[in-house]
Amino acid sequence: MAVPKTLGVETEYGIVLRGTDDPNPISASSLLINAYLAVREPQSQPRVSWDFEDESPARDARGETALSALAPSIETHLVNAVLTNGARYYVDHAHPEYSTPECADAHSIVVHDRAGEEILIESMRAASTMLRPEQEIVVYKNNSDGKGNSYGCHENYLMDRATPFGQIVHHGIAHLITRQIFTGAGKVGTELPGMNRGELPYQLTQRADFFEEQVGLETTLKRPIINTRDEPHADARKYRRLHVIAGDANMSEVATYLKVGTTAIVLGMVEESAISRMWHFADPVRAMQQISADLSVDALLDLDDGSRVRAIDVQEALCEDARAFIEKRGTEAVGGPVAIDVVDRWASTLDSLRRDPMELASSIDWIAKYRLLDAYRERHGLQWDDARLAAMDLQYHDLRPDRSLARRIGLETIVSQAAVDEAVTHPPIDTRAYFRGECLRKWGDQIVAANWDSLVFDVGIEPLRRIPMMEPTRGTRDHVGSVLEECDTPLELLERLRS
Amino acid sequence: MAEREHIKRSGTPAESDEVEDLPETSESGEKLKADMDDLLDEIDEVLETNAEDFVKSYIQKGGQ
Repeated sequence: MAVPKTLGVETEYGIVLRGTDDPNPISASSLLINAYLAVREPQSQPRVSWDFEDESPARDARGETALSALAPSIETHLVNAVLTNGARYYVDHAHPEYSTPECADAHSIVVHDRAGEEILIESMRAASTMLRPEQEIVVYKNNSDGKGNSYGCHENYLMDRATPFGQIVHHGIAHLITRQIFTGAGKVGTELPGMNRGELPYQLTQRADFFEEQVGLETTLKRPIINTRDEPHADARKYRRLHVIAGDANMSEVATYLKVGTTAIVLGMVEESAISRMWHFADPVRAMQQISADLSVDALLDLDDGSRVRAIDVQEALCEDARAFIEKRGTEAVGGPVAIDVVDRWASTLDSLRRDPMELASSIDWIAKYRLLDAYRERHGLQWDDARLAAMDLQYHDLRPDRSLARRIGLETIVSQAAVDEAVTHPPIDTRAYFRGECLRKWGDQIVAANWDSLVFDVGIEPLRRIPMMEPTRGTRDHVGSVLEECDTPLELLERLRS
Repeated sequence: MAEREHIKRSGTPAESDEVEDLPETSESGEKLKADMDDLLDEIDEVLETNAEDFVKSYIQKGGQ
């Protein structure tokens, strides 16, 4: 049965410390985040720390708890903050990482993903006051350094626990590898083991090179298209959190919107067994890479019954199913009323991809980037392996407003700057992030620990009090807005919630 | 331009009717090219001055 699609996006940012011979990305990331907290959220650090008690990243959805699997090392001594907008901002694997608060639909995700960018931009400014004049921290919203190292942009989707995981795997693989035709952020060259970088002048995605398995628990090596991490941060009897690691970070708001919006719909349809056709690829990992390598968006991919299909055919079928599903059953399980607009945008994007991908140069990152780099290449008579094009590839993702190439090329915006500015400090009103963010704003100095599914208060008398937040859809402004307003102290709040 | 055409869909007999749309496309294509030329002029100011050094020094630790 379908459940409301509570959504979240976690982005690991690339980081460079210029003006030093021995840059340490962990220190730079820590300095970056601490600088932001000192300026913008003094009440939240160092006192409010991340509560790791309920984290279990090694639990596998397929039933095993793999001791040998490399669980991500949680460096508890590193900066790890919760913000008044309900987001988490922390150092992870030598990258600054920003996790949006829980959002109820794809539009809200775009607002909060952009708010994350604004926070990183402000962090760079704050950090510059703490660095030597010749030094500068620069942050990049991408997934690849061109040297074989990758870092992720992960999406999270709340799902009904009862949905058979096998269904999620089959339909998930089909959607995730074929949606690359509009979610890819573009990349010069290839980092596939065994290939020369120049063998593939340009491809659709940053991440396809790094995927090696169909299904698995890993996230830092042998990356799987479907990640089986089973850590719902919610009532585990009711919910699953599908943790998607296969996407690129997007600079285009439309691309982020489609990436998350279409996937929420597909997963809602999986829950309701409403997808009309199951696509079994002969070799999904290879297909993922073939799709990424094909700029004409019409490569034929092998299915395991001997027939062949194009990525765009799969996407068109899913889009048609989505329209029919919403007409019959409404939007509650597929990301709210916004889903209707997502389907419209999805359909028109696929139409353009059929006719001429260049029509999408103001909405799809890989096309916008290609158009820019190709024009520059022609003007200066360069080959694709020229360092200037690799540099522009990186600079597309530079977050500094005066340097970012993505900001200059006229990408379409779908959310207002006012909404983004508000989301820097205020949580969404329609998920449990509201409760978390508002408690932090009001009583940040009495909250000793926070994580996705609880807050721990120090009310001045022993013991510490933990408020569980096991329902992502509760703790909204409708549910708790007036209670929060009426209570002056956490003790009062606890009394009120108990009754 | 050979490279631009590279990412166009390969035509099938059923799609040959769309050839008639080309004159419209190339008009807006001229405008797109002019806009692009302006954009290339503009970004020249902000591009990394030493592309090779910049690309070489951009190394990240593997993340998730």
